Amino acid sequence: MSASLPGRAGRILEFLWSGWAGLAALFLLAALWQAGHEAYGPFILTSPQDTLAAVARLAGDPASWALAGLTLQRAITGFAVVAAAGTALGLIAGYSPATLRLARPLITVLMGVPPIAWIVLAMIWFGGSDATVRTVIVVSALPVVFLGAAQGIATRDRSLDRMAQAFGAGPVRRFLVIGLRQTTTTLFPALALALGTAFKVAVMAELLANAGGIGGALANARINLDIATALAWVVIAVGLLIAVEYALVHPVKAEIDRWRRAAQPWGVKR
Amino acid sequence: MSILALKAIEHAYLGRSVLSGIDLRIDAGEIVALVGPSGCGKSTLAHVAAGLIAPKSGRLSRGYERHAMIFQDPSLMPWATASQNIALGLRLARVPRTMRGARVAEAAAQAELQPGDLDKYPVELSGGMRQRVAIARALAVQPDFIFFDEPFTALDVALRRRMQDLVIGTCSEAGLAGLFITHDLHEAARVAHRVAVLDTYGRGILGSRALPGAPAERSDSAVQDWVRAALAGDPLFRHIHDVDERRIA
Ligand SMILES: Nc1ncnc2c1ncn2[C@@H]1O[C@H](COP(=O)(O)OP(=O)(O)O)[C@@H](O)[C@H]1O
Ligand SMILES: [Mg+2]
Repeated sequence: MSASLPGRAGRILEFLWSGWAGLAALFLLAALWQAGHEAYGPFILTSPQDTLAAVARLAGDPASWALAGLTLQRAITGFAVVAAAGTALGLIAGYSPATLRLARPLITVLMGVPPIAWIVLAMIWFGGSDATVRTVIVVSALPVVFLGAAQGIATRDRSLDRMAQAFGAGPVRRFLVIGLRQTTTTLFPALALALGTAFKVAVMAELLANAGGIGGALANARINLDIATALAWVVIAVGLLIAVEYALVHPVKAEIDRWRRAAQPWGVKR
Repeated sequence: MSILALKAIEHAYLGRSVLSGIDLRIDAGEIVALVGPSGCGKSTLAHVAAGLIAPKSGRLSRGYERHAMIFQDPSLMPWATASQNIALGLRLARVPRTMRGARVAEAAAQAELQPGDLDKYPVELSGGMRQRVAIARALAVQPDFIFFDEPFTALDVALRRRMQDLVIGTCSEAGLAGLFITHDLHEAARVAHRVAVLDTYGRGILGSRALPGAPAERSDSAVQDWVRAALAGDPLFRHIHDVDERRIA
């Protein structure tokens, strides 16, 4: 189905509109930041302008690109493992209530362990390497994705299953045509959440495990009491996350939620 | 020659018997209405007959090529447009993509859907339009047998009448056979050639009565007279409006 031209124009306008709102919020944040800077001085909080200058300085240095690239690679590969394993396990658990019942308490235990404890364990097992960071990402983000996938299958609309069966669909086609698509309503928010978690946990694990990347750079900035560089790295980390969200998450979400928007154009109920 | 035959069919859910001793035969080109109070096992019977659930015992023989089913709620995929929903049966039957468009358009026209509605999502359609989409989805697979499971119960009276006319028209035109489940005797008398009554506790088909003439030619007054006579004098229909909440699914 090709989307109609006015429909597409409407979506672009809507996108710009949401961008406008985002920009307004960013400037509000910058204003508060500036106020904080003026109240506490440059040693506590560098001004937004100086921070941006520090970002520009880092952006001119190929070494910082390598650092950011390392963190990005770790976060994305960790997320890929989480997405693949969590979705597969969750789908199985969704179809098998016994498995889900067994998995629930395990998940509760897993989620109860503080991430910092995992970092310590992973450091002991793998030292300051990619594996440490990925392990911590997997352990912190897997439960969310697992539950998202399992929930989607377990709460699916069974009347649709019955309907597809009446039209001659076997179990596999029912899963591919009906089940999988219904799962996206809970799986997709879980994946988006996991992606954000992957980034944050990657930076944290790098910092604590002294594993290089943005986290390592933050640790160095702390040692040198270089608040401008530290803030610059924070800005870069947030910027990376936002870039990935807009490149990856939003386009998929727009496609999945097309039918929801049909009922509520411009986010307002007709 | 019967196109669908159930012999001594029995079914139980979790050990609780729902159907037993069911004998029913439907001839080619014949629409049989199945009536009975809520919870007596009508849907279960249809699901067994359509092969959605395996009966505990009994014999089932089907002489038709392809069936379709229309449910009480339209059971549309909310994420797909009306035309994608109509095409689902074709997709599942592995009809090539290039041939689906024409079949969808034809079925939509039969169900009196406007071409402009085909690109809409179910949330944008009214209840009646959604049920039309479900009807078009059933017609698109070009079935020679249709199961109707109380398809119009959720619609208001005027809309229900138009939908019944649609069913009567398309079935008589194509000579389709079908099992039309309803708990409304008046609806049964409009759309069917014959009305069968299921026992309140699912213990067999109590009997069936042929209706005068073909559904397409039957006048409203003939329908009303028949229903009045059936409810007043025919012991077969004495219990069809009984309700036992405990048995309603
Ligand atoms: N999936 C199920 N599991 C257990 N009991 C069921 C199930 N479906 C229906 N029943 C029971 O079987 C009986 C017949 O149900 P049903 O065939 O839906 O009746 P009807 O369609 O005539 O209203 C009801 O008592 C209902 O509670
Ligand atoms: Mg029913």
